[in-house]
Amino acid sequence: MRIVVIGATSGIAEQCCRLWVQREACDLLLVARDGAKAGRIAEDLRVRSPASTVEVVTLDFLDAAAIGRLAAEAALKPIDIVLIAHGMLPEQTRVQADLGLCRDTIEINAVSPALFAEAFAHHLAQAGRGTLALIGSVAGDRGRKANYSYGACKGFVERYAEGLEHRLASSGVRVVLIKPGPTDTPMAASYKARGVKLASVEEVARISVRGIDAGRPMFYAPPRWALIMLIVRNLPRFVFNRLNI
Amino acid sequence: MRPVSSWGRLSALPHDVVELSDRSRIAAELAKRRPGIAYGMGRSYGDACLNPEGTLWRTAGLDRFIAFDEASGRLRCEAGATLREIQDVFLPRGWGLPVLPGTRFVTVGGAIANDVHGKNHHETGTFGDHVVSFTLQRTDGEQIASGPGERPDWFAATVGGLGLTGVIVEAELQLRRVPGPWLDTETIAYSGLDAFFQLSDESHPAWEHAVSWIDCTWGEAVRGLFLRARPAADQQRTWRGRELAMPLVPPLSLVNRLTLKPLNRLYWMLNQRQLGRRVEHYVPFLFPLDAIADWNRMYGPKGFYQYQCVVPRESGPAAVREMLTAIARSGEGSVLAVLKTFGERSPQGLLSFPMPGVTLALDFHNHPGLEALFERLDAIVAQAGGRLYPAKDARMPRALFEATYPRLGEFIKYRDPGISSAMSRRLMGS
Ligand SMILES: Cc1cc2nc3c(=O)[nH]c(=O)nc-3n(C[C@H](O)[C@H](O)[C@H](O)COP(=O)(O)OP(=O)(O)OC[C@H]3O[C@@H](n4cnc5c(N)ncnc54)[C@H](O)[C@@H]3O)c2cc1C
Ligand SMILES: NC(=O)c1ccc[n+]([C@@H]2O[C@H](COP(=O)([O-])OP(=O)(O)OC[C@H]3O[C@@H](n4cnc5c(N)ncnc54)[C@H](OP(=O)(O)O)[C@@H]3O)[C@@H](O)[C@H]2O)c1
Repeated sequence: MRIVVIGATSGIAEQCCRLWVQREACDLLLVARDGAKAGRIAEDLRVRSPASTVEVVTLDFLDAAAIGRLAAEAALKPIDIVLIAHGMLPEQTRVQADLGLCRDTIEINAVSPALFAEAFAHHLAQAGRGTLALIGSVAGDRGRKANYSYGACKGFVERYAEGLEHRLASSGVRVVLIKPGPTDTPMAASYKARGVKLASVEEVARISVRGIDAGRPMFYAPPRWALIMLIVRNLPRFVFNRLNI
Repeated sequence: MRPVSSWGRLSALPHDVVELSDRSRIAAELAKRRPGIAYGMGRSYGDACLNPEGTLWRTAGLDRFIAFDEASGRLRCEAGATLREIQDVFLPRGWGLPVLPGTRFVTVGGAIANDVHGKNHHETGTFGDHVVSFTLQRTDGEQIASGPGERPDWFAATVGGLGLTGVIVEAELQLRRVPGPWLDTETIAYSGLDAFFQLSDESHPAWEHAVSWIDCTWGEAVRGLFLRARPAADQQRTWRGRELAMPLVPPLSLVNRLTLKPLNRLYWMLNQRQLGRRVEHYVPFLFPLDAIADWNRMYGPKGFYQYQCVVPRESGPAAVREMLTAIARSGEGSVLAVLKTFGERSPQGLLSFPMPGVTLALDFHNHPGLEALFERLDAIVAQAGGRLYPAKDARMPRALFEATYPRLGEFIKYRDPGISSAMSRRLMGS
């Protein structure tokens, strides 16, 4: 298996990599902004699976030209899976008070994943095979006062994935959108401090890997969020707007 | 702040939990919110890993492997890696940990800090005996690389050091070759303590692992099951572990005065079918309780105490007999009463628990009046020259700790002033 992981230092992505190398030797390309941190993850994966090859690449996640070059180079060898995992979740009140942070949030959660997805979609389409997986979020299902800047980006990622899926429907390329609920990674540290119940990152990764294998266009992780979000999406405004969620 | 408990669930007080996951940032994190204490998987029963209203440095995210030498079996890993993960990754490659406590959901850091032991102490000693080196992060920014041959004084202080000498960032462990996961096991029913000691003596060294469950509700005339195991010759089998879970905390302890005897009888009866020899996977044999996730909830909202002591071999049989009589007389009791012997090997740590002798562990649901029994047991242990295991302790009096850990004075010098736990305040005053 040849797998490219964008935002490879993400807790969810790291666990996915562990599952992948555990079941067979893989050829992994870890793409991150922090090379030292990604290097430590690469070391770990090599210990787990000495037969795998793990390479680290760093780049600026908003540099369109660099992203294009990365995808072109990576695609010199056939790619089985691309997982786009990076994201940031700042406190919503801080985003409201700081337009710079608002822009950064939108850039890293929406613009950047779209650039990576677009770049790799091109090469996968040419090869006529491979799976392009993106991580959305339950937060993208309906705008909420608690995290709408981030949530709007996740909604955008979902529309983008949908469009790519439509475009690539008749090719051999699968597009997969994973929508995790609150998960125990550094991103959700402030949720955790407030006592919000979090899914384990191992569980979310297991569901994600399985969904990617199956090429499912969209799924929640853990799956119970499907029902919860069905309700949340369909609550009438006069009810929803009174909820403190 | 969020509520945090240890395995005994005696309290759930608020802690400021800092998640460590990037080992290059630990020095900075520790400097920020002192004093704190490291928290691994919280499998200690008492307050060794707690610091109410203060900082906890949780190490679960610090779980990466760093290097493995397939020729020598040496593994370098971060301190939050669990023994389970190590076993799962390396056993299929013919390597395993020489010392495994009764649960695999324990971190390397926690295993070092309590210098844990397994059911094979006669053969492999304690966890610290297989630590080649570690890196200790002090809260003042200093990093200390230590091992038996490098700054050995720091090694002796940190092995069994209850997390008080610094935060272990990474460690190098010596794994050993293992033929596979399967064990030849034997279960023998016995009655009377003499039979236990005789079985123990004759089991070493032919059987690597040995442990005994006893029904302590029978008083001095204990009856028990002696379990022993050694690597099986045939390793070509398949195993599917099943995991159950205790889904909620019952409003009352399921173990109480009314259920105590019936539960012990039931356990005895269920095991009558298991007597004799068979081949068993090492996971259910070494970690029987891991089969039910969150089993500690069965003791209800007030939690439970474990009382684990060791007494030297010479005074051991008499002391154990006296303790069992005292327990039976008090009307208290335990469904999980475990008896095993330690070998001659002295542990490396200044505060390590094991000593050559016999160790008894009992669980008691938390209710008023227990302390009187504990004090009676303390007196027997002290009289016999034994001591209590801090990993299991939430209540031992400071005087008992001081009297039974003679190297405490040497240890104190190595404490990190930026580290404090509920246990260290209780037993060392700060
Ligand atoms: C079912 C069960 C069976 C058990 N059986 C046995 C047994 O057979 N033998 C035995 O010896 N023990 C046994 N134990 C106890 C257990 O092995 C110890 O309590 C162990 O230390 C728990 O490890 P942990 O990772 O959960 O650490 P915690 O309980 O979270 O912490 C334990 C201590 O380690 C320190 N610590 C943790 N990480 C670090 C670090 N990175 N650096 C410095 N200090 C650190 C903490 O500060 C604390 O003092 C058992 C426990 C259970 C629940
Ligand atoms: N955790 C949750 O509760 C949750 C819920 C729903 C969806 N998700 C989504 O799941 C995905 C993975 O998140 P996670 O939970 O694994 O979180 P995480 O462990 O905190 O990882 C976040 C990742 O994003 C990277 N990143 C952040 N800002 C970046 C930037 N400016 N440039 C490059 N990389 C940047 C981080 O890199 P560094 O390591 O260098 O910081 C890290 O790799 C994200 O898309 C997230 O939105 C998470």
